[in-house]
Amino acid sequence: MGKTFFEKVWESHIVDSVENEQEILYIDRHFIHEVTSPQAFEGLRRRGIELFRKNKIVATADHNVPTKDQHLPIKELLSKLQVDTLIQNCKEFGIDLYGLGHPYQGIVHVIGPELGITKPGMTIVCGDSHTSTHGAFGAIAFGIGTSQVEQVMATQCLLLERPKTMRITINGELQRGVSSKDIILYIISKLSTAGGTGHFVEYAGSAITSLSMEARMTICNMSIEMGARGGMIAPDETTFEYIKGREFAPDGAALEEAINYWKTLYSDEDAYFDKEYTFEAERIPPMITYGTNPGMGIGIDETIPENDSESFKKSLKYMNLEAGTYLLNKKIDNVFIGSCTNSRIEDLRIVAEYVAGKQKADHVKAMIVPGSKQVEKQAREEGIHQVLADAGFELREPGCSACLGMNEDKIPDGEYCVSTSNRNFEGRQGPGARTMLVSPLTAAIIAIEGKIVDTRNYVNKVVTA
Amino acid sequence: MEKFKTLTSTVIPLANEDIDTDQIIPARFLKSTTREGFGNNLFRDWRYDSQGDLKEDFILNDPSYSGSILVTGKNFGCGSSREHAAWALYDFGFRAVVSSYFADIFKGNALNNGLLPVQVSDAFLETIFELVKQDKNTTLKIELIDQQISIPGTNHKEKYNINAYKKTCLLNGYDDIDYLISKKSQIEQFEQTHKEF
Ligand code: SF4
Repeated sequence: MGKTFFEKVWESHIVDSVENEQEILYIDRHFIHEVTSPQAFEGLRRRGIELFRKNKIVATADHNVPTKDQHLPIKELLSKLQVDTLIQNCKEFGIDLYGLGHPYQGIVHVIGPELGITKPGMTIVCGDSHTSTHGAFGAIAFGIGTSQVEQVMATQCLLLERPKTMRITINGELQRGVSSKDIILYIISKLSTAGGTGHFVEYAGSAITSLSMEARMTICNMSIEMGARGGMIAPDETTFEYIKGREFAPDGAALEEAINYWKTLYSDEDAYFDKEYTFEAERIPPMITYGTNPGMGIGIDETIPENDSESFKKSLKYMNLEAGTYLLNKKIDNVFIGSCTNSRIEDLRIVAEYVAGKQKADHVKAMIVPGSKQVEKQAREEGIHQVLADAGFELREPGCSACLGMNEDKIPDGEYCVSTSNRNFEGRQGPGARTMLVSPLTAAIIAIEGKIVDTRNYVNKVVTA
Repeated sequence: MEKFKTLTSTVIPLANEDIDTDQIIPARFLKSTTREGFGNNLFRDWRYDSQGDLKEDFILNDPSYSGSILVTGKNFGCGSSREHAAWALYDFGFRAVVSSYFADIFKGNALNNGLLPVQVSDAFLETIFELVKQDKNTTLKIELIDQQISIPGTNHKEKYNINAYKKTCLLNGYDDIDYLISKKSQIEQFEQTHKEF
């Protein structure tokens, strides 16, 4: 029987299969950031051990950083301590750090791909659940806990039980105004937040292969929101084109050799998947979430479903919404465009293209936060910051920002925020904040209109990102 | 890591489903650079109001419930990979969490910290919630060697699964690092032929 391409990549990284279904998996690249690494460094010191392969670690500061005046010292003392601890640790252990002030700084899952560090066939980990983003390149990439961060630091390996496989195929063409974010929100709404638990997902089908790299990243990014360990897409010409010429990408003969290998990374016709789902692209509407987990999503013109479970009721109570009602026309006060799901240059272009020549609604507070210094730079070069400024928006400096309410950017208690991030959990964007997840295009339209509207009525083309 | 053999305790029932790690410990409390002290902010926004006062209707604030076993609705620990969630539960005094379904990363994090995730059937979970509703002093007995969870004084019991390697680790208080370090020469050998493109 043939193999899934997940199996091909996994098997090429097995150092040893040990008893009881555990395998020692070799890790090619380890990303670290300020929040989930300090206790791992501390662990190494306590045990008196060195880093095993320091050149396989890349560090950045993203979760806890301000997105304004980054050249000034961080005001919040605990945040500053955490960022300073990372600087100190990287210095002591000899790790490359793209920290504040560095031209490569940014959200860890944005900088890996844009620097050409993320490549097909690799194993990539990070103490962060959205590491699944890197799977868009055909890498096995997944989030780990801090104890595992320490394991990788100590041995470049993890002891793991092999996940099951799942394939989600999406064929056909998208409706106008529908983008990759809508695809993944739609899938999660169908499979639920636990639908992928224990599995590694491969996304396939014509609606996936026709997407840009950045759009593919958006999809793989949110794999974790259905409980999956990770998500991946077989590398193809789109992937190779994206990688070519990037800072750490191979070139010349090395690139050719790499591409020859990458071309073998697809699932064989007779490969077996533990689970398979198929959806039709035409049926996917612009999506929005109404509840407090990413599985609670509906088409933007639909009504909130009825459900008797206590957890469901609690969720609607938190959101101050009623089952059976429409979200359309609901007034929105905050719009957040950013996060590792949607803060890349394509996302900003989509927003800029839509808002050009328009004005945001007066009552809307909008935050647009690029995923990295490089995205910010490019946006300035393309004049995007000016288009945004003319429309009443401000382009901030890179970081996780209001995605997680850990830094200075928070949504006020009780207010609604239409957000391009990936989690609408209670308090995720700040205590009492009410988050509704949408695509960047939908967010841009809502910022202009000041209320929830149907994306399809405002554009007449398909979005590719 | 502390050893785990048998745990008999009253329980704290928290019936919500899909409890994500942002609820277990919100991001703004992840700023510490050590592993200790996260228990103070366990379920922070469910335990305290915005003034910092205890919310009396939340179960962890009800003194008539106590114990080192948390029983919760399905899909516990979804969302962020933060190991701080496992540290917070442990620091608060929990040694086991019982649910009908756990999110993957949380399960791994819990096992790496001596906090036992016990996955039971939906029916068994219902039974526990029912019995605790009738009597707050209901106890659970969790045995690791036999992989059995039971309700003493009743006939209710069930076997649960745990990876055999993880079981050995918990029984002996070992962690993965010791094991992986012992394989170092094999890892170095692997690197000789492993090509990263
Ligand atoms: S942007 Fe949000 S989801 Fe992404 S890494 Fe940062 S905090 Fe996590």
